[in-house]
Amino acid sequence: MENIIATLGRLGQTSGFYGLFADWRQIVMIVIACVLLYLGLVKKFEPLLLVGIAFGMLLTNLPFGNMYNPELWDLYIANGQQVASLSPELQAFIAEHGLIFADGIVQMSFTELIHAGGLLDIMYIGVKIGLYPSLIFMGVGTMTDFGPLLANPKSLLLGAAAQLGIFVAFLLAIVIGFPANVAASIGIIGGADGPTAIWLTSKLAPDYLAPIAIAAYSYMALIPMIQPPVMKALTTKEMRETKMEQLRPVSKTQKILFPIIVTIFTCLLLPSVAPLLGCLMLGNLFKESGVTDRLSDTAQNAMMNIVTIFLATSVGATARYDRFLNWKTLAIIVLGLLAFEFATCGGLLLGRLMYRITKGKINPLIGSAGVSAVPMAARVSQKVGQEANPSNFLLMHAMGPNVAGVIGSAVAAGFLLAVFGG
Amino acid sequence: MEVTSTAANLAISKLTFGEGVLYAVLGMLVVFFALVLIMLIIKILIKATDKKKAEPAPAAAAPAPAEVPAEPVKRDDPAPGTSGDIKLYTTDPKEAAMIMAIVADALGKPLNELRFKSIREIKE
Repeated sequence: MENIIATLGRLGQTSGFYGLFADWRQIVMIVIACVLLYLGLVKKFEPLLLVGIAFGMLLTNLPFGNMYNPELWDLYIANGQQVASLSPELQAFIAEHGLIFADGIVQMSFTELIHAGGLLDIMYIGVKIGLYPSLIFMGVGTMTDFGPLLANPKSLLLGAAAQLGIFVAFLLAIVIGFPANVAASIGIIGGADGPTAIWLTSKLAPDYLAPIAIAAYSYMALIPMIQPPVMKALTTKEMRETKMEQLRPVSKTQKILFPIIVTIFTCLLLPSVAPLLGCLMLGNLFKESGVTDRLSDTAQNAMMNIVTIFLATSVGATARYDRFLNWKTLAIIVLGLLAFEFATCGGLLLGRLMYRITKGKINPLIGSAGVSAVPMAARVSQKVGQEANPSNFLLMHAMGPNVAGVIGSAVAAGFLLAVFGG
Repeated sequence: MEVTSTAANLAISKLTFGEGVLYAVLGMLVVFFALVLIMLIIKILIKATDKKKAEPAPAAAAPAPAEVPAEPVKRDDPAPGTSGDIKLYTTDPKEAAMIMAIVADALGKPLNELRFKSIREIKE
């Protein structure tokens, strides 16, 4: 009888329910994951990503599942160091998991990580090496029409101005006291581009991946609410009513040459941007060439969907209670919002300047679309423009700055990686 | 620059506000420089390709043999310019857009080669 009671006791102690009450923060994280699932499933906030992120968050916070182990990734970073020089928490993890390192020197390659890690650790390798964001960019490239940008190259200036949010948020993060690499990762939220934010953060500040990715995708979903008040505050009704001339036609040759030439020049200028921009332009070339329809179809459908599942789930998994629930997460959420607002301001202010210079030929509202978030930001420009003048059709004009913003945020990420990437 | 360390002993730096401003300004300059460069490339690309398109066929070229069929007109060459504003009577813009798309499809012509003067619902 005693044996049975002891066995039941041991069984109880290995149950997740027992582990759940060991730390209240796990319960909080499960509640947060369920709230995010609600926002994705019911409110349709970027559901393709948010559902995966929220479920990854749920899985990683269920005790004893060991699906994702951030300590293994700390050991991966600490490769080659003496075990004795590691933090007590990491040393305890090594002892608890029976990891043996020859000569007391940490040796944690991807092979060891696959053996010691959980399912989500294995999926996370694609984030760590920057594979998923780059493949997502390839898919985005196959779905992007650079025609409006080619028809009005001045749109690129608006796309550049809207990167102001990145650098203002970076500066604010420095003021708050974040180290430079984390500040750069927080700043990139202002690029309003999820894959770019994940790509940069996984390289500069992997511990902050979850809050930054969640902030980036949440604010992208909230753009129709975030941008209009700033757009109305920074423009007059007369400006918003401005009707723009029809865009010039763009030939097929121009559309095919564009991705090739831009890749050559931009990657020569800033080589660190090559993985993102190269994949974006390769995807676009698949689309425009007309001879690789099958590849274009695969990149924008099957591949994109598969990578989205891996990316979202593994990013969500990084939100483990002991690393997510702290004042820094709250600060990142607030700074992310400011980054979006300043990005909108940057595009609008240059839009206003262009409105003055062209004597009212450019509607400043298209400047706010420079924040990337394709095509949501362009749709918001269209909506606010049409509210002021029902016969106003700004959508195609706003698509120019919108796709320019994608290039601009990739360039900004490349710059930040080159400077703070070590 | 003050140097701190993470649990994994990664060397990372904390910047002063002044250094932060410098990096932020430099970053914006790099972004503007890259995008202005792309803008110039696009302008050159447009000039080069449009010029090639506008060049007339050489006058001294020999006449094409009669049995060679004429090259079909490229359907994706758009007509230049706009046809101005359309007047809508008791028709909302979404319906008007659908009607114009259907007419263009039925006629087999691109929308910008057609001119719609007005759309009015006829009630009998």
